[in-house]
Amino acid sequence: MLTRSEVARLAALARIELSDDELDAMASQLDVILSAVAAVSEVASQDIPPTSHAVPLTNVMRPDVLNWVPRSQAMLAGAPDVENGRFRVPQILQEEQ
Amino acid sequence: MADELLSFDAVLERFDPVLGLEVHVELSTKSKMWCGCPTEFGNEPNSQVCPVCLGLPGSLPVVNAKAVESAIRIGLSLNCQIARWCRFARKNYFYPDMPKDYQISQYDEPLCFDGEIAVEVGEMAYQVPIERVHMEEDAGKITHIGGVGRIANADYSLLDYNRAGVPLMEIVTKTIHDTGAAAPEVAAGYVALLRDMVRALAVSQGRMERGNLRCDVNVSLMPKGASELGIRSETKNVNSLRAVADAVRYEMRRQGAILSAGGRVVQETRHWNEAGYTTAGRSKETAEDYRYFPEPDLVPLAADPAWVEQLRATLPEHPGKRRARLRTEWGFTQREFGDILAVPGALDTIADTVLAGATPIAARKWWLTELARRANEWGVALDELPITAKQVAEVQALLDTGQINDKLARQVIEGVLAGEGDPAAVVQHRGLTVVSDTGALEVAVDGAIAADP
Ligand SMILES: [Zn+2]
Repeated sequence: MLTRSEVARLAALARIELSDDELDAMASQLDVILSAVAAVSEVASQDIPPTSHAVPLTNVMRPDVLNWVPRSQAMLAGAPDVENGRFRVPQILQEEQ
Repeated sequence: MADELLSFDAVLERFDPVLGLEVHVELSTKSKMWCGCPTEFGNEPNSQVCPVCLGLPGSLPVVNAKAVESAIRIGLSLNCQIARWCRFARKNYFYPDMPKDYQISQYDEPLCFDGEIAVEVGEMAYQVPIERVHMEEDAGKITHIGGVGRIANADYSLLDYNRAGVPLMEIVTKTIHDTGAAAPEVAAGYVALLRDMVRALAVSQGRMERGNLRCDVNVSLMPKGASELGIRSETKNVNSLRAVADAVRYEMRRQGAILSAGGRVVQETRHWNEAGYTTAGRSKETAEDYRYFPEPDLVPLAADPAWVEQLRATLPEHPGKRRARLRTEWGFTQREFGDILAVPGALDTIADTVLAGATPIAARKWWLTELARRANEWGVALDELPITAKQVAEVQALLDTGQINDKLARQVIEGVLAGEGDPAAVVQHRGLTVVSDTGALEVAVDGAIAADP
């Protein structure tokens, strides 16, 4: 059973603000999802490693060469706020005491 | 700073220090870890970014082969095992220095693991066990604007992502025991060894002052005779060799005072202050909070053993062995050699100068006096001075053959540094030759008198 405080912790980590009502609702909804997913563990035995990649590929690498054109204006243009060629973001709370 | 401190000696009477060191090394690849943007330092903000390193939707990372190769070479130099198969992992955290809102790193499957390296302090050698070397990416540079002092008071922040995505290696030790009073020096010696190693491997510039090499220092104390580890503190971003030793010493004394008074050390992240003390930082997120999972955008890495053996063959002489060899070859005392090791880059420039034909004594003299002073004045490293080892050896050769004297040699060096060309050209151009041939001198005197009777 997923507890309300676990959901609150996850929400905090994901920077999502949830009201008390929403927390209650999420806890029960997520619990349904988790138990549905948990059904997988009933069929997968211990000696089957969890799949992380569907395609059996390894070692896809690129040589260490530059592949780049200067386009900072275009890159900055998509940002909500810019100052002096840098991305401007709101103050970051509680990162340091 | 109002920490109670126990004296260092009193700490050692009652406790054994246990160390753990996490060193981040920024690689000097041409391009970033997952994209073709340049890694060059010091350019216009956000001039080296693309959709991949800005984490724009739809962009996909591709691993830089040179970074993997560099990681394996670092791992081999630390006598690590190289994983036959490993994956990248996504480390989730929200902080604007990571535009994707996660860092691609490695978690439970590091590329290199279980190594060991000997660190010499004076006449003693301490074995430092290596837990892992893993690959990840650097973050962007954040500048807090407005407010007073503390980040929480800032009005807003500005982001430069030129550094975001630069290949970063994290080298983590296992707990280091039995260092006793040498703990501060073992920690600093280990970091110095890593610095020299990555430079010798030519995988990183290894400049601590530029942040190419950054160290987090974990310290805990075990009461004498205890078998359980104490609670540790983690001091972040200790960015000089001196600071590494000082941070270890400070944390030993601070924790010693807490434990002696019957208190408990808080497990926390602390910040190193240049004035020589640590302060409590934010409470550390646990590994669980990062919700690691295998990176879906990158396929696993399977280092072919034959490739690993090829890379092993490219390893330069181990820095520790090289030091021992050079000290013997050059015939310096521990102290004379120690002076060389204390100046970053001096060992290499002196070695190159000796190879170019100068005696070790002469090479040491020039690089540790005249040139070290100039590098200091200009705020550059020795190997950044506009004079080569070969040119220094040429100056010495001119001196040895009596064509110039010591005073003129200094002027020749000035000339080379000023861009006037090779030593011989500077001598000619400045007319610096000491004329010891009396025949030539008489001709010159006669000539001068004839010209201006
Ligand atoms: Zn990029």
